[in-house]
Amino acid sequence: MDTLKGIFVDPFADMIAAPDFLLQVLWEGLVGGVLYALIALGFVLIFKSSRIFNFAQGIMVVFAALTLVGLHEKGVPALLALPLTLGVMFMLAVAIERAVLRPLVNQPDIILFMATIGITLFLIGLGEIIFGGENKVMITEQLGIPTGSFTLEPFGGFVSIEQKDLTAVIGAVLLVGVLLLFLNKSKIGRAIRALGDDHQAALSVGISLSTIWVIVWFIAGVIALATGIVWGARAGVSFALEVIAYKALPVLMLGGLESVMGAIIGGLAIGILEKLFEIYWGQPLLGGNTEMWFAYVLALIVLLFRPQGLFGERIIERV
Amino acid sequence: MFYRTAGQFKTSYEADHALFPVRQDAYLLAFILLLAFVVFPLTASEFAFRALLIPVLIYSLAALGLNILTGYAGQLSLGTGAFMGVGAYACYKLLTVFPEMNIVIAIAMSGFFSAAVGVLFGLPSLRIKGFYLAIATLAAQFFLVWLFQKWAWLYNYNASGAIQVPNIEMFGITVAGPRAEAITQYYFVLCFVCAMTFFAINITRGRIGRMWKAVRDMDIAAELVGINLMRAKLTAFFVSSYIVGVSGALFVFLWRGAAEANLFDIPLSFRVLFIAIIGGLGSILGNYLGAILIVALPVIIGSVPEAFGIPIGSATVEHLNVMLVGALIITFLIVEPHGLARFWAMIREKLILWPFPH
Repeated sequence: MDTLKGIFVDPFADMIAAPDFLLQVLWEGLVGGVLYALIALGFVLIFKSSRIFNFAQGIMVVFAALTLVGLHEKGVPALLALPLTLGVMFMLAVAIERAVLRPLVNQPDIILFMATIGITLFLIGLGEIIFGGENKVMITEQLGIPTGSFTLEPFGGFVSIEQKDLTAVIGAVLLVGVLLLFLNKSKIGRAIRALGDDHQAALSVGISLSTIWVIVWFIAGVIALATGIVWGARAGVSFALEVIAYKALPVLMLGGLESVMGAIIGGLAIGILEKLFEIYWGQPLLGGNTEMWFAYVLALIVLLFRPQGLFGERIIERV
Repeated sequence: MFYRTAGQFKTSYEADHALFPVRQDAYLLAFILLLAFVVFPLTASEFAFRALLIPVLIYSLAALGLNILTGYAGQLSLGTGAFMGVGAYACYKLLTVFPEMNIVIAIAMSGFFSAAVGVLFGLPSLRIKGFYLAIATLAAQFFLVWLFQKWAWLYNYNASGAIQVPNIEMFGITVAGPRAEAITQYYFVLCFVCAMTFFAINITRGRIGRMWKAVRDMDIAAELVGINLMRAKLTAFFVSSYIVGVSGALFVFLWRGAAEANLFDIPLSFRVLFIAIIGGLGSILGNYLGAILIVALPVIIGSVPEAFGIPIGSATVEHLNVMLVGALIITFLIVEPHGLARFWAMIREKLILWPFPH
């Protein structure tokens, strides 16, 4: 009886008793969710345009953030380091396309997936050799991101909001907006979507596969840099950041591998729900740290009812 | 010349379906077994046992288990490390709850625990396919490792949260624990691996194996010709997780000696997956070749700079190692996506014809 009460009654009673705390939890979850959505967006773009399940997206986040901080440590001013890092990400996109994707065209999906794990390992090794493995501090102030926090006072309580989290949310919304505009209105965006719909048809109307791939990987790199700055400002820059890639995978499952909308909604939903579950159910009942698996189990349950995710393309199979 | 097949006539279907249709294959296997059972134990040092021979055997067994699931039945799994963990923790509980139990029986039984967990997490495969399934197996990975950390009963409420292997005797000889000798452990693992491999070869050659391959190549078509998809996929998960669980028990009891939950985290899963892919999906031999490569590589990379007198710190060696493994994986995938086993198949073809071009 006590267990049942602990599951079905107490958490909701707590929520109603302390609405300001609930709001705080929701806000924290939302910020986490925005980051998951950003990483998932990088995955989705690459998957849509090339059917490659890019496992390296997580390490690209770390690599971009490390490059930015590393350049700044070498004495490059922050506002110059930013475009330089973008340059490095572009070179990376070109190198990956030349060295990995082009020779592996038309291989089975699992082979390309393994290749991206290979890229992940390579970048981990390279990053550690160049920048060292220790935890670094993101150059938040030098980039002009406000720090500090302010408090709101709803329901007579208080909710503390960090300014950099707010900046992160606004920045992410702007980035996604620009990206959607780019994908839907520009010529290159149309080409990317065409490739996503049908490779051969796109090739036959003269869309260059390799150029588009470089562009898509570069966009994924830009998203990685944005994610890296925001996440790095919250938790420091180190290879431990790589684990957020694992947090983005259930977002993909939930939202569907091909859907930009799915990545955003899935990311927000998972960010908020896993925080709620951890605070109200995980810590009192299960000993905490449930964030490790909650998103996966949630996605798994959703997938049992919709095998293509919430927004994914319907899987049509022919014999 | 060495592989001349001329003169070996098959006069019955049994002979055509035999394990070694070419006689030289049997000779080669006998030679390898001779190396493994006689030559290595006579010549290897303590270091070679602990750093090379035993890990190669254990990793190839784990990769063999994964290969049955991924290479034969076509279900991509990223949760191998967690299933190894289930085997290891099950074996630990069995041996601490029933201390008089024979270790061979305990290890063989611990496989059934991971097989049961494997079937449970394999159930979604009936509805989820491809990459969605791969991510779903990550659910098993993260959930089980979390469980290993939080469920104190599993490690007998140790303060350290780790499992320690006690000294275990079998017929008066210590086979596991701090007092065991490397050579006994090597023989123990070798016997287990040989038995498992024999079992795996025969199951993949038979009716069940053909069923798996049909499902791998196209599951809808397989269903249309009357294969029970549920049975095929779940038996694949069962057999695969059983072998993986046994390898996990061996991993802790005969090699590492102690284990924390983190040991079974995702890097272990990837390591086993690399071995299976570099070795060759859908081949038994490939697992051994892949394991030799992945286990020996760090040792070689560590010794090369020393041999040339270039001073490199151990941390740099480790990073270089990670980087090289990544580059090697990409290179191997580009050069031969079907893995080392295909290389051997090509060499064998050449040897049969050699010295003639056709």
